[in-house]
Amino acid sequence: MYSAKVMDHFQNPRNVGQIENPDGVGHVGNPVCGDIMELYIKVEDNHIIEAKFKTFGCGAAIATSSMITELVKGKSLEDAEKISKRTVAEALDGLPPNKMHCSNLAADALQKAIEDYRSRKKNI
Amino acid sequence: MNDSQMRRVYLDHNATTPVHPEVLGAMLPYYKEKFGNASSIHGFGKEIKVALEESREKVAKSINATSNEIYFTGGGTESDNLAIKGTAFANRKKGKHIITSKIEHHAILESCKFLEKEGFEIAYLPVDKSGFVDPDDLKKALRKDTILVSIMYANNEVGTIEPVEELAKIAKDNGVYFHTDAVQAMGKIPADVQKLNVDMLSVSGHKIYGPKGVGAIYIRKGTRIIPWSHGGSHERSRRAGTENVPGIVGLAKALEIVHKEMEEQSKHLRNLTETFYRKLTQAIPDVFLNGHLEKRIPNTLSLSFKAVEGESIILSLDLKGVAVSTGSACASGSLEPSHVLSAMGIAPELAQAAIRFSFGRDNTMEDVDYVVKILPEIVSRLRSMSPLYANK
Repeated sequence: MYSAKVMDHFQNPRNVGQIENPDGVGHVGNPVCGDIMELYIKVEDNHIIEAKFKTFGCGAAIATSSMITELVKGKSLEDAEKISKRTVAEALDGLPPNKMHCSNLAADALQKAIEDYRSRKKNI
Repeated sequence: MNDSQMRRVYLDHNATTPVHPEVLGAMLPYYKEKFGNASSIHGFGKEIKVALEESREKVAKSINATSNEIYFTGGGTESDNLAIKGTAFANRKKGKHIITSKIEHHAILESCKFLEKEGFEIAYLPVDKSGFVDPDDLKKALRKDTILVSIMYANNEVGTIEPVEELAKIAKDNGVYFHTDAVQAMGKIPADVQKLNVDMLSVSGHKIYGPKGVGAIYIRKGTRIIPWSHGGSHERSRRAGTENVPGIVGLAKALEIVHKEMEEQSKHLRNLTETFYRKLTQAIPDVFLNGHLEKRIPNTLSLSFKAVEGESIILSLDLKGVAVSTGSACASGSLEPSHVLSAMGIAPELAQAAIRFSFGRDNTMEDVDYVVKILPEIVSRLRSMSPLYANK
């Protein structure tokens, strides 16, 4: 039911873990729907230089988390913001229809992490 | 390691079972030389009629009924649909109230939902943390206009065995029909319709090493029920449609085998599941049993692995050749956690972390050891990614 790329990212997820002193954190999901994701970003000169994640969820949830950490690396915040659920799903050669919403949280987590970064910056 | 070399372990017998070789052997002639229609009056038909009635006799014997109380159907779901809807519509002048439980199979729950739209009222009894229906709750839920109670014999997700004998007695004392979905119980625990005192009981073929697409329902003589499919006068006009004769012969043979070997198989399965549970909880911390270790069908164990979502375990085990399933939402495509685990009061994050291991007759202690060997690493890998698990 999953593409080979999804299975690859599920079996060998990239950038698992936390960043110490992150510049932004995105926390999305809840246990009732079955997926929870935390995305940590490090920002320098308006560019995301590092992203790491921790995810509780199904194969799709883990694979999309892993994929987005690869997609954002080196991107400007403006470019990173353009990454949508569809972008992530396409980068994984597609997701089963029932997984498009419930387990495709990575783009939401990214938006939240960027928002978090900006609000931290404002408060400095 | 490629697929052909990998050990394969099937632990999903509550989903379906392989057809027993003796069952297949019994069925084959009815696809070839014995292909007649049981309703035909010529010789080709007559020999099929004989086979059909012999099968009915075997099914009846395995549950201590008489053969004219057995009706063949297209499976457990169809049997459940007939029991719920057929009884409801036949007795609606008497009342429109039906009682069931929150942990029934969807064949029951969806039939009840349909009836709600048709003006019936349904009471869904709660269960305790192990999944048991409390007979006192049934007593309290009964009304003057209650026409049917349907409580499953054993739950498909957690294996809990319901106190059907006690529940059926309460219904009977109040003049209310009692149906039980015995699909997961058949061949695993005794199912004697006289002792249980039930009016209807559903059976499925493919859960007991028989073929798919065939089932049966016991309907006690005198029960008011209307057919749910109309057509010819097959199955004494309670289920129209040419009988699936190879399937019926297979179902009867399968029931005969599981009934005969129940005691021995029960010991075998209890030994496997208890050993599995003991070894696994020693090897992996924070594993929780859903259900009851004693009062369960001996082949079924539902375990929650704290902070790890069920589907990710299924996928990881599948890559190692092990087939299990989950009651969790993701796998079935719905967002909600299992209705069974929710009704048992299991917290959502543990309900999403549940795996059902359902063993079968061909499983061995080597299978147990293999899964106990590979699962700790899988769980620890997934926990290392989980925001819900504090790394120790």
